[in-house]
Amino acid sequence: MTEMDAGLVAEQIAQSDQLNEPTDRSEVGRPRRRKEDTRLLTGRTQWTDNLSRPGMLHVMYLRSPMAHARITRVDVSGARDLPGVVAAFSGEDFAAEQGSLPCAWPVSEDIVIPDHPPMAVSEVRYVGEAVACVVATDRYRAADALDAIEVDYEPLPAVLDMNEALADGSPKVHEAGNKAFSAKITAGDVDAAFEGAPVVIDRTYVQQRLIPSAMEPRAVLADTDGESFTLWTSTQIPHVLRVMLAMVTGVPEHRIRVIAPDVGGGFGSKLQVTAEEVLGLLLTRKLGKPVKWTESRSEGNLTVHHGRDQIQHIRLAADADGRIRGLQVDLLADMGAYLMLVTPGIPMLGASMFNAIYKMDAYEFACTGVFTTKMPTDAYRGAGRPEATFAIERMMDELAAELGMDPVEVRRRNWIRHEEFPYTTISGLTYDSGNYEAATDKALALFGYDKLRAEQSDRRDRGDPVQLGIGVSTYTEMCGLAPSRMLGEANYGAGGWEHGAVRMLPTGKVEVITGTSPHGQGHVTSWSQIAADALGVPFEDVTVLHGDTAIAHKGMDTYGSRSLVIGGVAVLKACDKVKDKARRLAAHVLECSPDDLEFEAGAFKVRGTESQRTIQELALAAFTAHDLPDGVEARLDSEATFDPENYSFPHGTHLCAVEVDTETGMVKIRSYVAVDDVGKVVNPLIVEGQVHGGIAQGIAQALFEEAVYDADGNLLTTTMADYLLPSAADLPGFTLDRTETPATSNPLGVKGVGEAGTIASTPAVVNAVVDALRPRGVHDVRMPCTPERIWRALEAQAPEGVRP
Amino acid sequence: MPRITVTVDGITYEEDVEPRLLLVHLLRDRLGKTGTPVGCDTSNCGACTVMLDGKSVKSCSVLAVQADGGDVVTIEGLGADGSMHPMQRAFHEEHALQCGYCTPGMVMAAIDLLRDDPDPSEETIREGLEGNLCRCTGYCNIVSAVRRGAQEMGQAVSKQ
Repeated sequence: MTEMDAGLVAEQIAQSDQLNEPTDRSEVGRPRRRKEDTRLLTGRTQWTDNLSRPGMLHVMYLRSPMAHARITRVDVSGARDLPGVVAAFSGEDFAAEQGSLPCAWPVSEDIVIPDHPPMAVSEVRYVGEAVACVVATDRYRAADALDAIEVDYEPLPAVLDMNEALADGSPKVHEAGNKAFSAKITAGDVDAAFEGAPVVIDRTYVQQRLIPSAMEPRAVLADTDGESFTLWTSTQIPHVLRVMLAMVTGVPEHRIRVIAPDVGGGFGSKLQVTAEEVLGLLLTRKLGKPVKWTESRSEGNLTVHHGRDQIQHIRLAADADGRIRGLQVDLLADMGAYLMLVTPGIPMLGASMFNAIYKMDAYEFACTGVFTTKMPTDAYRGAGRPEATFAIERMMDELAAELGMDPVEVRRRNWIRHEEFPYTTISGLTYDSGNYEAATDKALALFGYDKLRAEQSDRRDRGDPVQLGIGVSTYTEMCGLAPSRMLGEANYGAGGWEHGAVRMLPTGKVEVITGTSPHGQGHVTSWSQIAADALGVPFEDVTVLHGDTAIAHKGMDTYGSRSLVIGGVAVLKACDKVKDKARRLAAHVLECSPDDLEFEAGAFKVRGTESQRTIQELALAAFTAHDLPDGVEARLDSEATFDPENYSFPHGTHLCAVEVDTETGMVKIRSYVAVDDVGKVVNPLIVEGQVHGGIAQGIAQALFEEAVYDADGNLLTTTMADYLLPSAADLPGFTLDRTETPATSNPLGVKGVGEAGTIASTPAVVNAVVDALRPRGVHDVRMPCTPERIWRALEAQAPEGVRP
Repeated sequence: MPRITVTVDGITYEEDVEPRLLLVHLLRDRLGKTGTPVGCDTSNCGACTVMLDGKSVKSCSVLAVQADGGDVVTIEGLGADGSMHPMQRAFHEEHALQCGYCTPGMVMAAIDLLRDDPDPSEETIREGLEGNLCRCTGYCNIVSAVRRGAQEMGQAVSKQ
């Protein structure tokens, strides 16, 4: 048994990769195996918790066991006296310097943004809120010392139910009341659409609260040289975090460096400015020592922001032929106890998406954000768009059932036809491209739709205890967050551009620097493909740097399926600038006009001659600088910032067949087909992986996952034993295919893919479950559709005497 | 403090440990074997899976003292003669990892699975990996990788 040889491993990886290459020269479109994999597969990872600094101390937080209480006394002195303990602090000790955790998205005029101290000082508002901390020489001693801290609480009433929270006389989460904000958007004449409509469907759906559950628990390591501060943290947003840390703590921005080393998944949960990041910075400033905190999973389930949690009241009016007249949406969105980075923006991201791919005469969206004494909610994969897509896709199936139509047919009658693009929807977005017909036709064929319908009919006729259900979801989403101008109109606190830079090294190798911050998405590989094509250099000659504000000095980070459509395009544009510079230099060296040069396969050639210089040779010429034309700098390096003109609108058709055992309520996914249109594809292998993972998370919401609080506001699902994340045994294989309508909003023609699977799959699965049970009178099952809930739904419909 | 002797990835260590010290913390915090990560605190996720005396264990649910006299292999010591194990290569080929946090444990569990069934069906693989959670891949490519790894390991054995 020996340690692995880095050179040999790299060689093996390179050899195996060559086997998979098609002969075509173009890198974009090729299923490149990932450059990221080697260190991840051999354990040479840089997770934040792997990192260590000389003299490093360990931090543990004492957390509130009460959902809502006044803190009347905190005594940390008992902890300070224990061996190995360096310091112990309560909220009072940070009160003067800790500021308030930021909310960057005040979505309405009436919004209430309560003070959110990183460590609670006088009141706690959810179980898990930090009330004190210990700093010790090792993590075991720090954990021991938490027991010696005394805290007295004066209990206050928990506020858990959104409807009750808004009722008169409800106990208050904050002095200003329990309403965080309200917003309303109307387009068209809603009253006219509903008045006299032959069909009106009225439903209420519950989007249960979810726990994002990235596999890497959060960790923060903070250090200082007495003047400047470095924070290594498991984050999706090193750049945004740096700005926010400066704003929250007053530490000047140029004295803060944030590094996101290897980050083990995020799914939105690490798109946050957390209490532990602010407190880490303050602790290293107080103590002059490096301090590290790594959360346990139980701590994480309590205190990593949660996702979803909406009550959706939806009304849809239609004509007798299935044409939609109008849609009315009224949401209650659970904010939890505070507004964190983009908490109130999450339901508002769905505001323009309930109308989905459908044409209609009128649309109304209303949303009320509600405070409760629970962990705040915020972005979780899809963020507002899965909720919207679920509601409309469930309603389309309800409409089909009401009219006795096929659910695919009712969609066909309403969706935007391919020849109608670009199309401005009722909610005001302009969808640039798409072909819903093509994706749906392909999906139906792959699925064997007609055959499955025949089997379903047969099972119904036979009264088979195992019923077959077929679920349809024809989704689109708005992603690629986002055009800065549109974010400004939405009152978001920042822009949506992305930055890319290219350094041409003297030996001709290429360093690409990106402002995106990958944590599993494979940007190093995909950006290498883009740069290799643009510069005509070998894929292997490109490296990609990211995730460190001192190296990638500008960025807006990774979330909202934005990285490729904005960050990848910024890299392309930076490459174009490198080529422009190289062309001037090449013309000088080759003694011709720049217009006489053609660029092909990485070389500038003088038209009609054999004379040429490769861009890699020109990088050396720029470095030596012995013979540069006047006014030309000694570098080809370039950078670019890209701000898209529009969102990205991937779409697709997902079909799910489930077998539901009506005697036990057990659901088995029999087949799952997804045909997605994400525009042009840079790396089909990575796209496929994103869709696989996305579908799995969406299925998990449909069937397995729910964050449950008890009547006192205690989270019951604090562990992975209680919160059911699907394993390999719980999920089927997926059949994937693609259609391709290029995006017109960026030169690569690409659309986002990170969230698409999650957005599409939840309604496909629940529609399938309901479809299986519909002949028994069931028209909804609340998520997650557990065997118990299905059994109860059946029991509620069964006539007396024949209850299952 | 009890003194234990444990071999990790071919190197023998003598360490004085608190009886409560978890094997995974011995590996990570004392021996610098950070290739093995921790994903939960209830032994559900399997990220910390290592081989102890040839069988896979979740190193968060083994005390360091229980490994006394034992032979531990982590993801860092899996390769032979400086090269990657066929299962590691299969994970790369099949794009069976994204963030990679579950990967060390998943690879170890996959290898252990093949001890019982060198040519497992998809269903056997899915059941066999039930104790290892991945949040990124939806498991599709992990299943493919285990099948590929099994084939390559089978070929490696038959060549010998």
